[in-house]
Amino acid sequence: MLNISHISTFYGAIQALDNISLNAEKGEIVTLIGANGAGKTTLLSTLCGNPRAKSGTITFNGQDITALPTNQIVRLGLAHAPEGRRIFPRMTIFENLQMGALVADKKHFAADLEYVFTLFPRLKERIAQKGGTLSGGEQQMLAIGRALMARPQLLLLDEPSLGLAPLIVKKIFHVLKEINQQQGMTILLVEQNAHHALSLAHRGYVLVNGRITLTGTGKELLQSDEVKAAYLEGAA
Amino acid sequence: MDYFFQQLINGITLGAIYGLIALGYTMVYGIVGMINFAHGEIYMIAAFIGFLAFLLLASLGVTSVIVTLILVLVISMVFTSVYGFAVERVAYRPLRNAPKLAPLISAIGMSIFLQNYVQLTQGARVKSLPPVFTQNFHLTDSLTISTVQLLILGSTALLLLGFSYLINKTPLGRAQRACEQDRKMAALVGVDVDKTISLTFVLGAALAAVAGVMVILYYGVLDFYMGFLAGMKAFVAAVLGGIGSLSGAMLGGLLIGLIESFWAAYMGGDYKNVAVFAVLMLVLVVRPNGLLGRKQVEKV
Ligand SMILES: Nc1ncnc2c1ncn2[C@@H]1O[C@H](COP(=O)(O)OP(=O)(O)OP(=O)(O)O)[C@@H](O)[C@H]1O
Ligand SMILES: [Mg+2]
Repeated sequence: MLNISHISTFYGAIQALDNISLNAEKGEIVTLIGANGAGKTTLLSTLCGNPRAKSGTITFNGQDITALPTNQIVRLGLAHAPEGRRIFPRMTIFENLQMGALVADKKHFAADLEYVFTLFPRLKERIAQKGGTLSGGEQQMLAIGRALMARPQLLLLDEPSLGLAPLIVKKIFHVLKEINQQQGMTILLVEQNAHHALSLAHRGYVLVNGRITLTGTGKELLQSDEVKAAYLEGAA
Repeated sequence: MDYFFQQLINGITLGAIYGLIALGYTMVYGIVGMINFAHGEIYMIAAFIGFLAFLLLASLGVTSVIVTLILVLVISMVFTSVYGFAVERVAYRPLRNAPKLAPLISAIGMSIFLQNYVQLTQGARVKSLPPVFTQNFHLTDSLTISTVQLLILGSTALLLLGFSYLINKTPLGRAQRACEQDRKMAALVGVDVDKTISLTFVLGAALAAVAGVMVILYYGVLDFYMGFLAGMKAFVAAVLGGIGSLSGAMLGGLLIGLIESFWAAYMGGDYKNVAVFAVLMLVLVVRPNGLLGRKQVEKV
């Protein structure tokens, strides 16, 4: 479904991604782990066309999207819940979800809204509250809900567990598992919380300084010494 | 007492016009974070297009005043929108990611260019339009409201209703607010940011077009320089109300219209512009974000 082949991305003179290749098949949960500054966010952003890859190609369902504008890429069935959540602060929860549904067929709106509210009942209770006044956890739920409203085939998530209480993290990972199993949605998950992410994912990649150093199934990576040493220290 | 109410009517009328222009400043600032200094010239061009449309329709023998007015408004709104659209394309879009000063200079250049362009093509002399509506309505013996004043108040009220519906309730308005709040995220949910910004300029120009047509009906005169001071005052109105705030722009416009006509009525016309700008400075000292402006800090 998603094929990234040999891409490099630069910020000015700084190279953030170096010859990255990665793929995700339909129905998979693929996770990308790596330390701060490894280039995880850059990879997801490059997928969405901002910044652009300087070399290499990205195809989605066989279509080359490397040079497409962001708003056209997401129309092909790819939704991004980006780093920092980026909720529209002066829009209500409802309006934020409406924005998410922009690229989806209108006839699904009511049912999708209901679905997001069953996943996150909290959002329904606060439907008229402005995004900017929500708590961090509520914003994260809204960010995921907003992405789901687009009915994507591929869901990109950038550190959904960041800064959240363990109970909410558990809840969010549970939701991810559910949408993957029930709807067959493909998920590309960037996480610091390597233990959680690798337990959930079918496959994973380890990113170090803009390069992929290791790849394998979630189980394999959980067992690997490199991962254990660098990312699982102290984890349950 | 009638004198006071007469000034109130005059001030609100003038304020409505400033408000319509100020909306253009504030919308553009909200979405691209720059002051479109050429907006006063867009309003001036609207007045010229309206004037030429009046002449054209008269020469075609259109006699119905209502038909003329509607056609003039439509023609002016359409052509002025094209100018608004072109200004953004030519002068601002190429500089979208440049340092803030670059588009500002570009806007000033555009403003001078448009003034000179109209001066060259239309001449530097003041043009006048014969009165189209001459009827006055007496509210009391010495208190009157003219047809044009009623038109200005009525069309401004209608436009504001339509406009706030557009911004608050329609997908286009939501896309516009999304671009204003987080342009990158707007693109990520599928908003065509370039198109939305273009539309913002078109909308601002269309509102300025109504103001331009109304002003030549009201005062009966126009020249290539009329956009400078009117644009400046509308800009002041937008800042006074809180730049970026739509209701603030309208409120600021009304305040300035009122200050101007009351000052002229009770203190003489000489220093009315001084009064307007003095009020701006006072308000900004007390409320740096304007009357209805948002605080800059914000939890995201
Ligand atoms: N806009 C930018 N301009 C310049 N350099 C940038 C920019 N964004 C990221 N970088 C640099 O690119 C590198 C990769 O950053 P990126 O945000 O992709 O890391 P990350 O893996 O997501 O880290 P984190 O876990 O902290 O979110 C870093 O060295 C960062 O400093
Ligand atoms: Mg990151």
